[in-house]
Amino acid sequence: MNEEEYSKRSDIDRAPGDQNEDEDLDVVKGVRGYVIGLIAASLLTAASFWFATTDLIYEPGLPVFLVALAIGQMGVHLVFFLHITTGPDNSNNVLALAFGTLIVALVLFGSIWIMAHLNHGMSNGQMHDMMRGM
Amino acid sequence: MSARSTQAYAGAHGDPNRLGHGEGPSISELGPAPKRIIVGYGFWIFLLSDFIMFAAFFAGYAVLVGETAGGPSGRELFDLRFVAGETALLLLSSFTCGMATIGAAARSQWWFQIAMAWTALLGAGFLGMELWEFAHLIGEGAGPDRSAFLSSFFALVGLHGLHVLAGLLWLLTMMAQVLAKGFREDIQRRILCWALFWHALDIIWIALFTVVYLFGARA
Amino acid sequence: MAEHSREAAEWSPITGKLAWNSIPWEEPIPLIAAAAVGSVLFGTLIWVWRAGYVPYLWREWITSVDHKRIGIMYCIFALVMLIRGFSDAVLMRTHQDLMYNNGGYLPAEHYDQIFTAHGVIMIFFVAMPFLTGLMNFAVPLQLGVRDVAFPTLNNVSFWLTASGALLVNISLVVGEFAKTGWVVYPPLSELRFSPGVGVDYYLWALQIAGVGTLLAGVNLVTTILKMRAPGMGYTRMPMFCWTSLAANLLIVAAFPILTATMAMLLLDRYLDFHFFTNELGGNAMMFVNLVWAWGHPEVYILVLPVFGIFSEVVSTFSSKPLFGYRSMIVATMVICVLSFMVWLHHFFTMGAGADVNGVFGVTTMIIAVPTGVKVFNWLFTMFRGRIRFTTPMLYSIGFVVTFVIGGASGVLLAIPPVDFVLHNTLFLVAHFHNIVIPAVLFGLFAGYTYWFPKAFGFKLDERWGKRAFWCWIIGFYIAFMPLYVLGLMGMQRRMSAHYVKAWEPWLIVASVGSAIIALGIAAMAVQLYVSIRNRAALRDDTGDPWDGRTLEWMTTSPPPSYNFAVLPDVSHEEAYWSLKEGAREKKRLSDRPDYEPIEMPRNSPTGFITAFFTTVLGFAAVWHIWWLVILGVLGAWATFTIFAWRDHHEFEIPADEVERLDRERREAKAQLLGIPKEATA
Repeated sequence: MNEEEYSKRSDIDRAPGDQNEDEDLDVVKGVRGYVIGLIAASLLTAASFWFATTDLIYEPGLPVFLVALAIGQMGVHLVFFLHITTGPDNSNNVLALAFGTLIVALVLFGSIWIMAHLNHGMSNGQMHDMMRGM
Repeated sequence: MSARSTQAYAGAHGDPNRLGHGEGPSISELGPAPKRIIVGYGFWIFLLSDFIMFAAFFAGYAVLVGETAGGPSGRELFDLRFVAGETALLLLSSFTCGMATIGAAARSQWWFQIAMAWTALLGAGFLGMELWEFAHLIGEGAGPDRSAFLSSFFALVGLHGLHVLAGLLWLLTMMAQVLAKGFREDIQRRILCWALFWHALDIIWIALFTVVYLFGARA
Repeated sequence: MAEHSREAAEWSPITGKLAWNSIPWEEPIPLIAAAAVGSVLFGTLIWVWRAGYVPYLWREWITSVDHKRIGIMYCIFALVMLIRGFSDAVLMRTHQDLMYNNGGYLPAEHYDQIFTAHGVIMIFFVAMPFLTGLMNFAVPLQLGVRDVAFPTLNNVSFWLTASGALLVNISLVVGEFAKTGWVVYPPLSELRFSPGVGVDYYLWALQIAGVGTLLAGVNLVTTILKMRAPGMGYTRMPMFCWTSLAANLLIVAAFPILTATMAMLLLDRYLDFHFFTNELGGNAMMFVNLVWAWGHPEVYILVLPVFGIFSEVVSTFSSKPLFGYRSMIVATMVICVLSFMVWLHHFFTMGAGADVNGVFGVTTMIIAVPTGVKVFNWLFTMFRGRIRFTTPMLYSIGFVVTFVIGGASGVLLAIPPVDFVLHNTLFLVAHFHNIVIPAVLFGLFAGYTYWFPKAFGFKLDERWGKRAFWCWIIGFYIAFMPLYVLGLMGMQRRMSAHYVKAWEPWLIVASVGSAIIALGIAAMAVQLYVSIRNRAALRDDTGDPWDGRTLEWMTTSPPPSYNFAVLPDVSHEEAYWSLKEGAREKKRLSDRPDYEPIEMPRNSPTGFITAFFTTVLGFAAVWHIWWLVILGVLGAWATFTIFAWRDHHEFEIPADEVERLDRERREAKAQLLGIPKEATA
């Protein structure tokens, strides 16, 4: 397996992190991608910190807003730094990412949900709550 | 894999229902992928497992964040300006890391080494700030032994810090290796993996500063 | 008590907590056992050394990066550990026979270590490595490729697993093992209640072996998704490859959770953190939650590849394609995802309340559906097939029958109100053994018998194989059915003393069962001996002793290091079967290919040396010998760096060598298919 074969095949399959270049190597285009990514990520980060320290956003809605900004920034990183795209050359990479994200979500929200109920049961007298629940 | 199989399977044996990718040959029937794809993909899978490990620590933090046991909470401890500084360092290091990968693709020793050196400096700066924060907290009596909240905080942020440390060690090893051996194909693959690792650390940091510091400073 | 003298050791900067009295001099059983095992090992080593096999073993096995050899080493390792885990089981059964009114013959704290070690060893060091071994051996062959994605890493994974097992076994003699049960629930496992080194041994052994497992998982996922013979699309992969893919995806997704959870407990024990302590806001329930978020997928990690083995075996020995191949794939992948949505059923009784219990009860019942689909698929594969009742097939049929019973008791336990009654009783113990023994162990034995001729070039003796099977299955029923009854009678698991006369006869019956299982293990040992003795008569020259359907039977037995002289062209679900059919029809083999030299990865001692350092690291960490910990970490890092520095990764096998070997293979195939020799040219 050599680079030649890699480029021959790279229109349908690509290593994660590799850029989708039309030619063999386009330095200017490569740097441009990172610069765009850096600017977008900086703006999103700045927005997060700024909104978190001011009262511009309705207080109960703030966490959701911050999470949205964070997910947006993760997307920026994935696209501009890790070169993950929706193209067919990336479908395996994206599928793996989707699986990972699903598991992360299940573990995170499952744990939070379960533990919230456990804590609730504990603090109000566990047995009482369980009996009522059953 | 050879060109022969690419042609042979493009048409005749391709998938009849076009479940693959329209007109072109189906990736799944091309035979073993080139080494670079295999290595990159394998490392990608490893990174996903790393994300899941972080998810468990995040879950621990989310569950224990309220358990301050009468000790300080995030609101009293976190300094958002300090965290913004850390964030800036790490984000810039992600950018210089990208520059290093371009340098490696262009096979430019100078470009690569300078970009890597900047990445190392920025990463070390980040790590130094984090260590300073930890030392400061422990000095104030807000160490991980103070409460479950602080335990989960130190573990989560510390785990990320350990990853940065490992990334730095790897980075320096890569610099030395490129200097000694040049841009060999296997070394290029390692640079690809290292860059994936470094960028992934920044992605985790986004979740971290949002959930730990920004939420924490408000709550 | 023996315990106190060992805890009292002072910490010294040189030897940490380790001292002369760390060795349990006053407990004869572990010492005698260790002395016996030690002398056997030592004797074997001396013999190997005297016979001059050391260079051979080092060159061809210990440093091998060949997936087949690594797979075989995994299997041998697992079989040895099976004997260790089984002797723990025998100790427990005999202890429980004698414990009525007098507390049995084992000191309670020794007994506690035994049931913990039994669980840990059977899951982590028998079932897991055996599976990884079979997957390692068979998956690349079935995919029609030359090796796994990362051959050296594969070797590292194996030795890391061995390193973890070594730590568990060291704990037998130096210090103690955990006394907490195999999932080390806090707060019992916290420093306050388990001040000894037992839990630390457990944690470090699992962390090290866990890294090995994770890397093996990454390796196999990448292999299956990125390396298949030309033409082998996803819907042409053999079922075993699909189930291996699902299991390894689960490894990659679940083991990090275990690593994280164990790391939290380590932080609690070593650095005074408060994740799971009783004080300062710690929450022991969080451990239970996280450990089962790993633990339930783990069940499917064990069971899914075995479903694949049964699929291969049932199809081969029924001489029919697998019924419902595509539905089997869907069922496998559905299980893969659903297995992450049921973990709470391991702690229904901890007070999450009706809503949460209800949801997880329902998901648990749902996951039984795809499993049922699989059972029907196997039955329909056998239906009207030409069934050959070989040993692997007997294990498969025994599995289907027994597994359905175990599954049914599992669905019972999935109902929260029922679970409230049966939780932590022997009913549960009977249930999971009723799953794990038929659905994991029988499958592993089936796979072992099925692929043995591929690995060594001769079949295993059928007569002794069948004897072993009958001992195992009869022994299983006699050993575990009484435990269901005992559970319903209210007997808790892990008891070391009791005062209920009515339990005694059932316990004795169970012991009789374990004695029959012991006969089964003995029969397997005899089988191996007899087969090696009669290997000339049992020889397989064709490479296809079972009239197989998948690509591993296309190459020779044992296969050359590169597996296939030329990667096979796949154009059918049953790649090798369709080729055979075609050759029979046309009365000739495929055209003689153009042979090219083959590049294969060079062997490397990286894995062995890394594992040496991680063992040092783990041992030093258990005993708080910090300088040695640092040395271990540096050693492991240096080993990898030196490996990365080497310049030659591959060696070349010349084309004429490949051609010569392949000519022999083609002649054997021609003979097998009844094709004149001239047609092979």
